[in-house]
Amino acid sequence: MGMTMAEKIIAAAAGVSEVKPGDIHTVELDRLMSNDGTTHLTIDMYNKLKNPHIADVNKLVWIVDHNVPCDSVKTAASHKKMRDFAKANGIKFYEGAGVCHQVMMENHVTAGELIFGADSHTCAYGAVGAFGTGVGCTDYLYAMVTGKSWLLVPETLRFNLTGKLPEGVYARDLILTIIGQIGANGANYAAMEFGGEGLKTLDMSSRIAMCNLCVEAGAKTALMEVDQITLDYLKEHGREPKHSFKSDDDAKFAKVYDIDLSTIKPIVAKPHFVDSVVDAKECVGTHIDEAFLGSCNNGRIEDLRAGAAVIKGKKVHPLVRFLVVPASAAVYKQALKEGLLQIFMDAGAIVMNPNCSVCWGSCQGVIGENEVLISTGTRNFKGRAGHKDSFVYLASAATVTASAIKGEIATADMV
Amino acid sequence: MGKIFKFQQDVDTDQIIASQYLLFSTIDEMKTYTFESLDPNFASEVKPGDFVVASENFGCGSSREQAPSVLKALGVKAVIAKSFARIFYRNAINIGLPVIVCKDLHENVNAGDDMELDMKAGVVRVNGKEFQCTKLPEYMQGILDQGGLIASLNKED
Repeated sequence: MGMTMAEKIIAAAAGVSEVKPGDIHTVELDRLMSNDGTTHLTIDMYNKLKNPHIADVNKLVWIVDHNVPCDSVKTAASHKKMRDFAKANGIKFYEGAGVCHQVMMENHVTAGELIFGADSHTCAYGAVGAFGTGVGCTDYLYAMVTGKSWLLVPETLRFNLTGKLPEGVYARDLILTIIGQIGANGANYAAMEFGGEGLKTLDMSSRIAMCNLCVEAGAKTALMEVDQITLDYLKEHGREPKHSFKSDDDAKFAKVYDIDLSTIKPIVAKPHFVDSVVDAKECVGTHIDEAFLGSCNNGRIEDLRAGAAVIKGKKVHPLVRFLVVPASAAVYKQALKEGLLQIFMDAGAIVMNPNCSVCWGSCQGVIGENEVLISTGTRNFKGRAGHKDSFVYLASAATVTASAIKGEIATADMV
Repeated sequence: MGKIFKFQQDVDTDQIIASQYLLFSTIDEMKTYTFESLDPNFASEVKPGDFVVASENFGCGSSREQAPSVLKALGVKAVIAKSFARIFYRNAINIGLPVIVCKDLHENVNAGDDMELDMKAGVVRVNGKEFQCTKLPEYMQGILDQGGLIASLNKED
């Protein structure tokens, strides 16, 4: 019986020749990422163990990204705990280098790896054909101490992509359309696998944006077929694939979806659910108070280029705060080099250091009661960006930037 | 016997415990903000042994383990829902908070009803009726039975 990509990666990590959905296997993990959202709690639990030890310190990557630079005395205590522990134990540590998933993509992840990340958007790593999945700090601790974990083999939903996205339509429009179609739990417990001719038209940044958001459909992981674009990206970043798996022709998929990229339009996900997806035109004219261009989902150089192209020579609406937050220091430097930050600042945007920013609603740029944010972030849950009675709309970098100019939701062709 | 606190579908982990409290030092410091945006009285009214009953996709969104942890710290005996988002589900089992799938319960109970849970038999009793729950896979029940994943770690050590 053929296997899917997800099944092949689990089989390799479990050291068995075959696995099937529903099986539970003990797997060897390749990499363990943790950020400042939960690491302080992991350390507390670690210190209470009978025999605390780290199976393989080289697997660990710790990244301070959620509240950086630190915003309060309480956060400072949690950051210090993390920093001190990383130093004392020789753990690879980043602070201020960017949002964890972008830092991981730039520096660590490779095809065929099995990675636990203490962050739900770890499924982003599927963009290079790695099985990344989000875990809590107890799972993380167990894996840190043993190097292993248990994994239930997921079913796979296969998405066959054909065609090419129209001009002015982005991967973010595509993945939000898919989430709107299958629903917020449409891929619960499952792997979402993408392939087909249409995938070849999507660059690595687009692929990361798509895989990153699959958890918003409940997916355990997302995986994309390894192709020349993957190999070029890995080579450019000095890495080789561990395995270049592809689903077998006779692999069993729980469901197959055919998506024609040429039919996708600019969309908006309305408050308070990521699957409340509508044609962006339906939201045109909705008042906004703040716009956010950034996050692990949509803060890469390609997204900044898309935003800068829309706003060049224009001004941010005087009553709107427009936050531009490159996803990593590498992206920030590239944007500087290309003059993009100059364009944003000339327009009146607030350009900030790489971090999770208002996407997670606890650091910079939080919104107040009844305020409205349009965002390239990951989520629009109630209260996600600040006050419990505030509103978040999700859209592409181009739509967000156009809205920042108009002071209300607008598409790029309207400015 | 415990009281039911009832929630609807797609309750995300940001609503269980908001981001702004996650970097507090301890779960005890965070727990008073549980369900702040959905039910501001929850944390002060819930008593040890009470239940959270929800519809589909409970615990979707962020992987923050603080979400099941604050519920456990407040003494919630179990979360019973039509379905759970997977990371919340896994985290709950790992910390020893029972998460039970029961398809028929949500429509048949009201907030404030008294309910009894028989974990062994896999049933809940409420308003004179009995509802059958879905059994956990043996492996996960084993983790729950020993009080969570860390207990197994200490045993192995």
